[in-house]
Amino acid sequence: MSFDPVLLAVIQNGLRQVASEMDLVHEKTSFSPVISEGLDRANGIYHKDTGEVIAQGETGLPSFIGVMQFSTQHIIRLRKDLEDGDVILVNDPYLGGTHLMDVRMLAPFHYAGKLWCYLSNTGHWSDTGGMVPGGFTSTATEIQQEGLRIPPVKLVRRGEIDADILAMVLGNIRVPEERLGDLRAQLGALKVGARRLTELLDRYGADVVEAAIEELKARSERLMRAHIATIPDGVFEGTSYCDSDGVVFEKLAIKLRMEVRGDDISFAFTGSSPPCKGPMNCPADLATSAIYVAMKHVFPDVPINAGCFTPIRVTPPRGTFLDAQYPRPCAGAAAEVCQRVMEAVFIAVGQAMPERVFAAPFGTSGNFSLGGYDPVEDRRYIMYMFSGGGYGGWPEGDGLTNGCSTLSIAKTQPIEILEQHFPVIYEEYALREGSAGPGEHRGGFGLNYRVKLLRGEARASFVMDHGVTGPPGLLGGAPGGMLAIEVGQHGTVSLPPHVSKGEGYVLEPGDWVQVRTPGGGGYGEPAARDPALIARDIRRGYITPEEAEADYGRRIAAE
Amino acid sequence: MTPTWQIGVDVGGTFTDILAVDPSTGAWRVAKVPSTPDDQSRGVIEGLARVDAPLAGIAGFVHGTTVGTNAVLERKGTRCGLITTMGFRDMLELGRRTRPNAYGMTGSFEAIIPREMRLEVPERMGAAGQVLVPLDEDAVRRAALALAEAGAEALVIHFLHAYANPAHELRAAEIARAVWPNHYVTIGHDILREVREFERGSTAAVNAYIQPLMARYLSRLSDALARQGMPRTLLVMQGNAGTMTARGASEHAAQTVMSGPAAGALAAARIGIEAGMRNIIGCDMGGTSFDVTLIKDGQPAISAEKDVAYGVPVRVPMIDIHTIGAGGGSIARVNEAGILQVGPQSAGSRPGPICYGRGGTEPTVTDANLVLGRLDPGSMPGVESPVPVEQVKAAIREKIGSKLGLDAIAAASAIIAVATNHLASAIRLVSIERGEDPRDYALFAFGGAGPLHATALAAELGVPQVLVPRFPGATSALGCILADLRHDYVRTIGRPLLEVEGAAMDAILAEHAAEGRRQIEAEGVPIEGIVVVHEADLLFRGQSHVFRMPVASPGFDPAVVLRDFAARYKARFDIELGEMRSIIANLRTTVLGTRRKVPMALFAPEASGTPVPRARRPVHFRGVAHDTPIYRREALPVGFELPGPAIIEQMDATTVLDPGAMLRVDAAGNLIIAVGVSA
Repeated sequence: MSFDPVLLAVIQNGLRQVASEMDLVHEKTSFSPVISEGLDRANGIYHKDTGEVIAQGETGLPSFIGVMQFSTQHIIRLRKDLEDGDVILVNDPYLGGTHLMDVRMLAPFHYAGKLWCYLSNTGHWSDTGGMVPGGFTSTATEIQQEGLRIPPVKLVRRGEIDADILAMVLGNIRVPEERLGDLRAQLGALKVGARRLTELLDRYGADVVEAAIEELKARSERLMRAHIATIPDGVFEGTSYCDSDGVVFEKLAIKLRMEVRGDDISFAFTGSSPPCKGPMNCPADLATSAIYVAMKHVFPDVPINAGCFTPIRVTPPRGTFLDAQYPRPCAGAAAEVCQRVMEAVFIAVGQAMPERVFAAPFGTSGNFSLGGYDPVEDRRYIMYMFSGGGYGGWPEGDGLTNGCSTLSIAKTQPIEILEQHFPVIYEEYALREGSAGPGEHRGGFGLNYRVKLLRGEARASFVMDHGVTGPPGLLGGAPGGMLAIEVGQHGTVSLPPHVSKGEGYVLEPGDWVQVRTPGGGGYGEPAARDPALIARDIRRGYITPEEAEADYGRRIAAE
Repeated sequence: MTPTWQIGVDVGGTFTDILAVDPSTGAWRVAKVPSTPDDQSRGVIEGLARVDAPLAGIAGFVHGTTVGTNAVLERKGTRCGLITTMGFRDMLELGRRTRPNAYGMTGSFEAIIPREMRLEVPERMGAAGQVLVPLDEDAVRRAALALAEAGAEALVIHFLHAYANPAHELRAAEIARAVWPNHYVTIGHDILREVREFERGSTAAVNAYIQPLMARYLSRLSDALARQGMPRTLLVMQGNAGTMTARGASEHAAQTVMSGPAAGALAAARIGIEAGMRNIIGCDMGGTSFDVTLIKDGQPAISAEKDVAYGVPVRVPMIDIHTIGAGGGSIARVNEAGILQVGPQSAGSRPGPICYGRGGTEPTVTDANLVLGRLDPGSMPGVESPVPVEQVKAAIREKIGSKLGLDAIAAASAIIAVATNHLASAIRLVSIERGEDPRDYALFAFGGAGPLHATALAAELGVPQVLVPRFPGATSALGCILADLRHDYVRTIGRPLLEVEGAAMDAILAEHAAEGRRQIEAEGVPIEGIVVVHEADLLFRGQSHVFRMPVASPGFDPAVVLRDFAARYKARFDIELGEMRSIIANLRTTVLGTRRKVPMALFAPEASGTPVPRARRPVHFRGVAHDTPIYRREALPVGFELPGPAIIEQMDATTVLDPGAMLRVDAAGNLIIAVGVSA
C-alpha cells in the first residue's frame, strides 16, 4: 500500500498522541512525586500478536521503551486468558522488568469486538515493601528482601477491581493510601488511552491504521540502517565498570563488543563479570533495552517503534551479571547498571567515530531514599530523590551542567515540593565546582546538595555509581569528578564503605546527607582549550586558578 | 475633539505595523514602516504619522511587542544581579535536570544571569511559611551594593518558599531599594505566587532581564505620545491576549512575552469566527520569525508555561504559540555537506534582503520570491532604493546555484521549497503532534510574508482552505484593537476544602473583583462592560498538580465545590478519589473590561464590477513560468472569484495564488482560497 505522506504522519503522531495523553493523565493524578513531578513513568501501545512497541508517549522514560515491549511479550506468552476489561498488574523484574518499584499495568484493547492491541504503562511507586523504605537496598542478596514481587495477576477482571489482589498488594507496602492513588492514576491513564485510541480508529479505519503501523515500522528500520551504514565497519570494544555490587567491594566489568558490517550492528557482552551477590544484577531484557536507548542517543532522529530496533542484534548475556535469574536481587539494575551498559556503547561508538559523539556523561541516577515518620503530621513517608550530573564534552562545546541521566528524561522534583511533602530541609543545592572532566571542551558540572532531617526519625539508603572511577573522557579529554556521599550523624561524619552505595543510615533531627554527583568527561586535549574559556571558568568560580593550572597546564588569572 | 480612534500597533523584528480604526464613522487606515531596533518608539511615531490619526482624537492605543522575547532569545537583555537564599545561587543554571532534546547527549546552556552575578544571603523559610533562619539584613545590603558595583542594572530577589510567606522577600526588597540606583527590583513572589522555585525564579529573572528595556521603550513612547497630545494611557498587550497599562507592563514585563503574536492569534480567532471558520491554524510570517497557533472552535490554545528559550521557562498563562526562526529575511546557505539550508539566521530589516538595497549580501527568502516574479521589485514596503532584479539573480546564482549546479530560477525555487517544508514542520508540531489533523483546519495566513507562501504550504499539508485577512500585515495590530482589558488575581489558600468557610472565600473573590474594576476604571479606556470570572485550583492531598475549575461567587459553598470537583475529575481523568482529602490550593479571578466590538465588515472593499489586472508578468511555479495577472487587492470586490495563477498585491502583503487554486472574496473582504488538488 502506498501511503499519502500526510496521512502517514497524521497516524504516526495520532498514535503517539494517544500515549502522550495517557502520560499526562498518569502524571497529573499521581501521588508519588517521583511520577507527578519527576515523570518517572511511561505509557505505550503494543502489538496484539508480537508485543512490539507501536508508539510511546513523548515524555515517557526512555529506558522503558524496550522493556515494556519485552514485558508485554512475556504476558502474551503467560496469560492466554485475557478478556476485554481485564488489567494485568506486574512488577517481576525477570519478566521484562527493571526493579520492583516499577509497577506495570497492561490492558488488552478491543476494537470492533476483537483484540486490537495492548495498552500498557509503568510507574515508579515510591515503595513496594521490602527491607528498606523506597526499595533502593544496596545489600540485599535475594529478591524477597527488596520488596513485594508481583507476577502477572489480574488486578481488574472484566472491569471490576479484584479487591483481594488489591488488599494483598496494599497490605505489603508502605504508605498504602498514597499507593492506592498511584494505582488509580495508572488505571485512569489506561481508560483515557482506550477512549482516545477508539476515536482514532473510528476516524481513520482500523485497516488503514494497521497498514500505517507496518509502513512506519519499515521506515524506522530503513532510517536506522542508513545511520548504521555511516559507522565505519569493524569490531570495537567498550568497557565500563560499576563500583561494586553493594555487598562485595569489587568492581563489576561490562565488556561490550560492537561489530558493524554495512547496515547491520551487533553487540555481545562476552567476558563481563559473572552474576553478583548484591542488587546490581540486571535482567537481560533491560540490558538489551539499554543498548537500544544508547543507539537512539547516537542517532536521535529515528522515530520510536519496533522498526528502529530491528537492525540491532544483541547476543544474550548468558552467565554474566547482565542476565539476572531468580532469586538474584536487582534493585540497582534499572537506574545504574543500565547506564553503565549505555556508557559502554558510547565508548565503543566513540572509538568508531569519535568526531561524531560525546565523552561519557555522569551516568548515575543518584538514587537516594529516605523513609521515616513525621510526628507533626502523624504520617509515615517515603522520600525518593534522584539527581543530575555533568554531560561529556562534545565536538561543538562543553558538556551540559546538571543534565538528566541517560536512561531518563525525568526532571528532578522541585526542592519546595519535597520540603512541602517531607520533614526535611535542603541547606544547599548547588553546582559542584571543580567536577568537570578537563578537555578542549570540558565536561559539564555535577550537583552538590545537602539535606537535613527536621523532625522524627528516618532511614537513608543510597544506590548510586561512578564513585570509584570517573566518567571517561574522549580524544585525550580527562575523566569527570567521581561521586561522593557523606552522612552526618550526631556530629560525626562518615562515608559509605562502598562509596556510592549504602543503606540503613538512621537519621535523627539535625542529621544530614551530602551528595556530590559526577561531572562529565572531557573531549579533546585539555591543552587545546581556549584560554578565554579557562579564564571565564575561573571568574565564575567553576574552577580555582590552582585547578586550572593542574588541569590545563597554564597559569591564568581571572580578569 | 471627542476621542474616537482606536490604534493598534505591532512592533516586529523587521516591520512595525499600525492600524487605526474609528468605529463611529467606519474610517480606518493602515501603515507599515521599518522597525527601528535602536529605539523602537521612533518607528511607532513614524507609523503613527503615516496613518494620520489625530493624536488628540485617540480613544485607545494598544501596543504589542516582541522586544522581550527577542532579548531572551538573543541573550541581549539587561545585566542582572540575583540575591537568593543561602545554598541556592545556582538554581537558574541547574534547572531541573534536563537536556535540550529527549535523545542526544549534546547541547549547551547559558543562564540569563551569569554565576558571578548571583549572590546568596542567610535566610530561610520553611514550606509552611515558618521562619527557619532569620533574614540577614546587612548581607542583603552588602549583596545589593556589590551587584550594583559589578554593573547590574536590574535586581532579582528570589527566596525559597516566598509564595508561602513573602516577609523576607519584601524586607530584602525594601533594603535593596534603599541602595539600588533605579527602581528595577523584581521580587519573586510578586511576579508569580506559586510553588516550584526554578520556574518562579526563572520567571522573575526574565522579568528583570527585559524590564529596563521595556520600561525605557514604553516611557519614551508614552512621553512622545503625550507630547503630541494623546489624551489616553498607552496600553500594552499581554501574552494572554488581554491588555494592561504601560506602567503595569514595565513592572510585570514577563507578562508581555509573546504579546505581539498573541494579538495576532486573537485577531485570527475573531476573523475566523466571523468568516464561519472556527478551526484555523494561525500562520504569522514576518521578516524574522514564523509563529503558529492552533485555534480550535474559535479559541486559541492557552499554555500555563512556556520555555522562552531552552532552560528559560516563563510561567505565566499565555496563548500557546510555536515560533521558529523562519521569515522573509531568513538567509539561504549551502552547507559544507552541499545541503541547502534556509534560516534560522535572518538578515532582519538592516541590512535586510539583498533586494532592499541596504547592504545585504546574503540571499534570503524574499530575494528568492523576487527572482521568481512573486514580488514586485517596484513596490516593496519601506524600501526606498531597491536593487535591480538582475543583481539579486546574480547573487542567488553565485551563492546558491553554482554550488548546487542550478541556474538562478531553479536555485530560487529550491530556496522556496526548503522554506515551505520547514514551515510545514512547524505546523505539524502544533497540529498533528497534538493529535489534531490539519485537514480539519483552514490556514489563516498573515504577517507580511504569510500570504506569499500559504497556498503552497496548505497544499503540502493537505489543508483544503486558506484565509487571507483584509490586512495580513496588520493582523496583530488589529488584535490589539480587539483585545479586552484584563487583570488576573490569585490568592494561595492551601487548606482542606471542607474546612474553609464559604463566606471567607466569597470575601477574597469579591476583593479581587473590586480591585479589577478599580484598575480598569483607572485605565480610562472606553469599554462596553466588565466580566468577572472566578476559578479555584484544587487537588487531593499528596498530589502536586492542581485542577483548575470555575466556581460560583457570591455563594461559594465548599460542599457544592467538592461535588463539582469530583464530577469534573471523573470526566477528565476517569478516576474517582472520593475518599481522599481535597485541598483548595488557590482562588483566582480574571476581570475583563470588554471593548467595543469592531465589526470585520468595516474592512470590506468598496470596489465593484470586474477588476482588471494592473499588469501581467511571468511568475515561476514549480519551475515553469506562467504568464500571471497581477491584481490590486483594493480592486477585488466582494464575491469576486479568480482562478490561479494570480498575484494579489496590497500595501502590507502580497498573496500568491498558485495554479489550480481558486480564490473568492468574502463579505468582510477576506480572501478565501480553495487550495485545489493540482496546487
